[in-house]
This record gives sequence, C-alpha cells and structure tokens, in this order.
Amino acid sequence: MSEDDINEVIIIGSGPSGLTAAIYCARANLKPIIIEGEPSSTSDQPGGQLMLTTEVENFPGFPEGILGPELMTRMRDQALKFGAKFITNKAVKVDLKDKIKRVWISDDTNTEYLAHSVIISTGAKSLMLNIDNEATLLGYGVSTCATCDGFFFRNKTIAVVGGGDSALEEAIFLTKFADKVHIIHRRDSFRASKIMQQRAMSHEKIDIIWNTEVKKINGNSKLESITLFNNVLNKEYELDLDGLFIAIGHSPNTEIFKDQILMDENGYIQTNNGTKTNLDGVFACGDVQDHIYKQAITAAGSGCAAAIDAERWLNNNLN
Amino acid sequence: MITNLDERSFDEILFGSELPVLIDFWATWCGPCKAIAPILEEIDLEYKDKLSIAKIDVDQNQQTATRYNVQSIPTLILFIDGIEKARIVGSMGKQALLQKLEGLI
Ligand SMILES: Cc1cc2nc3c(=O)[nH]c(=O)nc-3n(C[C@H](O)[C@H](O)[C@H](O)COP(=O)(O)OP(=O)(O)OC[C@H]3O[C@@H](n4cnc5c(N)ncnc54)[C@H](O)[C@@H]3O)c2cc1C
Repeated sequence: MSEDDINEVIIIGSGPSGLTAAIYCARANLKPIIIEGEPSSTSDQPGGQLMLTTEVENFPGFPEGILGPELMTRMRDQALKFGAKFITNKAVKVDLKDKIKRVWISDDTNTEYLAHSVIISTGAKSLMLNIDNEATLLGYGVSTCATCDGFFFRNKTIAVVGGGDSALEEAIFLTKFADKVHIIHRRDSFRASKIMQQRAMSHEKIDIIWNTEVKKINGNSKLESITLFNNVLNKEYELDLDGLFIAIGHSPNTEIFKDQILMDENGYIQTNNGTKTNLDGVFACGDVQDHIYKQAITAAGSGCAAAIDAERWLNNNLN
Repeated sequence: MITNLDERSFDEILFGSELPVLIDFWATWCGPCKAIAPILEEIDLEYKDKLSIAKIDVDQNQQTATRYNVQSIPTLILFIDGIEKARIVGSMGKQALLQKLEGLI
C-alpha cells in the first residue's frame, strides 16, 4: 500500500446529499471517490430516491418543475465536470475506526478503497410490507416503482399502500393509466403535505380506504386480490386488484455501519456539531441522519455542509 | 450492440438462434431500464459465444409484452429454443445479474 492509494475522501451514496458533497469536494480539489451504488428497481440505486419519481416541484431554481431522474443526472454531471470519480458498486463492508478508513465494494474481487475521511450519504430504502407472496408477486402485479410499472395497468384497478407524500404522489401519477386507484392507509389521516392531500382527495379516480391494513396478498402466478383488515371495525375483507404499489415509508441504509457509528434506536446516524459522527474523520449527511425533514434540498444542504466539514477536518489533521 | 426487436424479429430471433436468447423488455421512460442497459452491453460483449441478447420496447410492442405477461420493467426473459427458462424482474448490478444467469447459459 503506497501513500498514493489513500484518497482524501470517499463518499458513499449518490442521492442529492452525496452528489452535492461530491460537487463541493471536487471543487475543493479533494478528488473524491463516490461509491454510487448499483442499479435496482428500488430507490437504492445511483441517484437515490428521486430516480423513482416524476416531477419535483419544490427544488429551488426550477419554477416549471424538473423530472427527478433528470435532476439527479444533472447533479452527477456537475460533479463529473469538477473531476469526481464514480464507482458503480455498493459498499459492502467498511472499517472506519482507524486513522485510515477502508471501504470494500461489491465487484467480483471486493476491491478495497482507502481514505483519510469518509462521507456517509446512503440515504434511505423503501420499506416493504413483509407479508407472504409480496416477494414472489413482485413484478407480477406487485410493484415498488410506479413510474416503471404504471404503464401496464391501463384501464385497470390498482391500489397504493401508504399515507405520506410519496404514496399520494404515486397514486396521482397512476391515475394517468388506471381506471381506479385505491389508497390504503392504516390511520384516519395522512402525514402527507396539504397540497398533496388536496390533490389526492379531490381526484375522481382516487378512493381512500382509511384505518385499513393489508393482511394478505393473494394470487398464484399474478396478483388477484388482497385481504384487508379495518382496524376500527375489526373487519377483514377481500379486494380484487390488478396492481398493488407499496409506498409505506423508508428506513435508513445503515446496516454496514452498525457497531462502528453511533445511531439512534431507528438506525439513523447521529450527527453533532454539523455533520460529524462519533468517529473522527467520518461525516454523515442527508436522509441517513435525518428523520425529520427528508427533502432533496435539505439532503443537498447537509451534503454541502459535510463536504466543508470534511475539508476543514483534512486541513487540520493532515497538514 | 444489442438489437432492438419488433414483434416480427422477436419471433425470428427466439426460434432462429442457436444460442440461448436473453430478451430485455424495456421502455424509453423507464429509469431502472436505462441503468441496466450498459450492464447488458458489457455482458453481451463478454458472453458473445454463449448468449445472444436483444431488447424489445414494450411501448411499441404491447402485444408481445402482454403475450409474455410482462407487468414490470425491466424484465429479462431467458429463452432456449423458444422456451422460457428463466425470468429476472427488476434492475440490478452486473454481479447480481450474472449470478442469476449462472448455470443457465
Ligand atoms: C417517490 C419519492 C418522491 C419524492 N419527491 C420529493 C420531492 O418532490 N421533493 C423533495 O424535496 N424530496 C422528495 N423526496 C425525498 C427525497 O428524494 C429524499 O429526501 C432525498 O433523495 C434524500 O437524499 P439522500 O442523498 O439523503 O439519499 P437517497 O436519495 O436515499 O440516496 C441514497 C444513495 O445511497 C446509495 N447507497 C445506499 N446504500 C449504499 C451502499 N451500501 N453503498 C453505496 N451506495 C449506497 C443509494 O444507491 C443511493 O444512491 C421523494 C422521495 C420519494 C421516494
């Protein structure tokens, strides 16, 4: 191992927070390496959660809105322009406790990367219902990606499970194709923003099923129906469906950091004093350390902060 | 280069190829399909002698998508002598994809 092999900074994850950190680190001439993740049909992919959405209407600077994947491609191009280096793999193992940090990736030889500092921006992954048949019928009526699969449900009856902004947005998007979209929510009110609630609740194709949980997914080679449980009436019943879209929230991608980085009881990384974690030279930004705001712009903002924190730390500790 | 099929050339390659055929059901508006495309190009080059890869746009060829009951994209179907041998739903990394094809090609 030669000194040349030790990078100044490795950024793990390439959502808005990781890419903003990449832009700042690259402009500061830190030659960042970004372990950007691997393709998937969930939000755990290069570009992160916004790769699965359509219009982003609240990112400042785009009064006419911008498509999520386009916004992320532009952020990546901006980082590339300043010399950031991207590795299209996942980090599968890390050792962050020592002075020199090690990160192993998911290629066939588990290549190891070394750095003086690490920025964690692994964001959050979508939760699944974890009930029988969900995994086997994924792609056969059950979906985690409305923008990919909505097309196959033209003139069909479908349901979206969830009550946050992403669930309502998916439901509204899916009305372009489906005849009827049920939103199934286990409480009696949504946590989504007012504007989304208004749009969903006033939509003629959308029907909301309150206080209700999905108990079973039924069908052999494709989805046929789901069994619902109304938790107020204590009543179970079946609903015939062609498609079921799952949007029940997110949990932080922090498995590989367990036992090294301090987290709260839900697995969010704890930061203090800006973006610092409990380990010297390790910083965290975006949804992986934020269970409150969870927005593209707050993720990007904290990515900028992490890059500045890392740069200062490198200046103080390496020179 | 991975050829883009239509309904007619689909049947030709399916039943005419000596090699196993992997078909990528995709569409221009599908992000995860874009992400897996360069990986398929790589595999196409590396496995030229073992596998023939082609793609079909579900938007332009809805009948074929319906015939094979494709309800999610990307969906990759592996055919040997025109018979479906395996189906891989969803985008993924190269290593994961090769693992799924292992033993089949
Ligand atoms: C459907 C949907 C619609 C949304 N719409 C909006 C909106 O309109 N406006 C808005 O402000 N916000 C919106 N959000 C929220 C916004 O997308 C998130 O707040 C934001 O993406 C968080 O950014 P992040 O960088 O922290 O992480 P993420 O976007 O979650 O990205 C995490 C990245 O880390 C990578 N990663 C994970 N594990 C590893 C690993 N082990 N190794 C390498 N890489 C890894 C992933 O592949 C991914 O690239 C939406 C979210 C969803 C799901």
